[in-house]
Amino acid sequence: MKEKYILLNRCKLELESRSVNESFARAVVAAFAAQLDPTMEELTDVKTSVSEAVTNCIVHAYPERRGKIMLTVGIYTGGLLRVQVRDWGCGIADIDKAREPLYSTLGEERAGLGFAVMESFMDRLRVRSKVGAGTTVTMEKTIKGREGNQ
Amino acid sequence: MPVELIFEKCRLTAALSGEIDHHSAAFLRGEIDQALAKFQPATLALDFDGVTFMDSSAVGLVMGRYKALSAAGGGLEVLNLSPSAYRMMKLSGLQSLARLEPKPEEKERVYP
Repeated sequence: MKEKYILLNRCKLELESRSVNESFARAVVAAFAAQLDPTMEELTDVKTSVSEAVTNCIVHAYPERRGKIMLTVGIYTGGLLRVQVRDWGCGIADIDKAREPLYSTLGEERAGLGFAVMESFMDRLRVRSKVGAGTTVTMEKTIKGREGNQ
Repeated sequence: MPVELIFEKCRLTAALSGEIDHHSAAFLRGEIDQALAKFQPATLALDFDGVTFMDSSAVGLVMGRYKALSAAGGGLEVLNLSPSAYRMMKLSGLQSLARLEPKPEEKERVYP
């Protein structure tokens, strides 16, 4: 039977797609997730994944203009942390291709690892996108925490 | 200073510090490439000891420097990687292009 998660707390943040906001976004998520008492490793995993998702919005979703990024962080029963990063940018034509490690449309200074990192550092990753309408990335991780969450 | 550059005996060491993301990588890339052009070292060592956070932009930074160096016949070393940094570098297959060294005190955790 599928476990049911109940929302305990939530935070929503709207950002302009400026690269200076990458560090701000991951710091906000880290500060909000602190109530789950995560280990340093769990916190690094979450911060890195948020950084990847927000960077994707800045470099891919809005390549030639500024746009809105909506970051939603939810804390659920059982220590589940859910982070959603949404944009209203250009969208992804081929999601499977975009999720492939080392695939990048932006040349050699980008490693093409964004989704691979989110997938490997979080427990679950879902990507929904429509060309011309935007992309929503949802990722989840169960935070066991330093004391062990129940 | 987010990067300190030391050139000694044909070896350029770039000691990175702080947080490396897409925003900060552009500046680091400029500083390192300027030093590469000036000194043309046989080896470039990127030292991550002072790095407190990095995402895949740091992997892009390493890969970009590898391409510039290998074209000129130089070697690349990536030193003092934290466990998560090491994991990310390995996701990209960089271990076949450069020497990757975890932080000495983390070695047991990096190699399970």
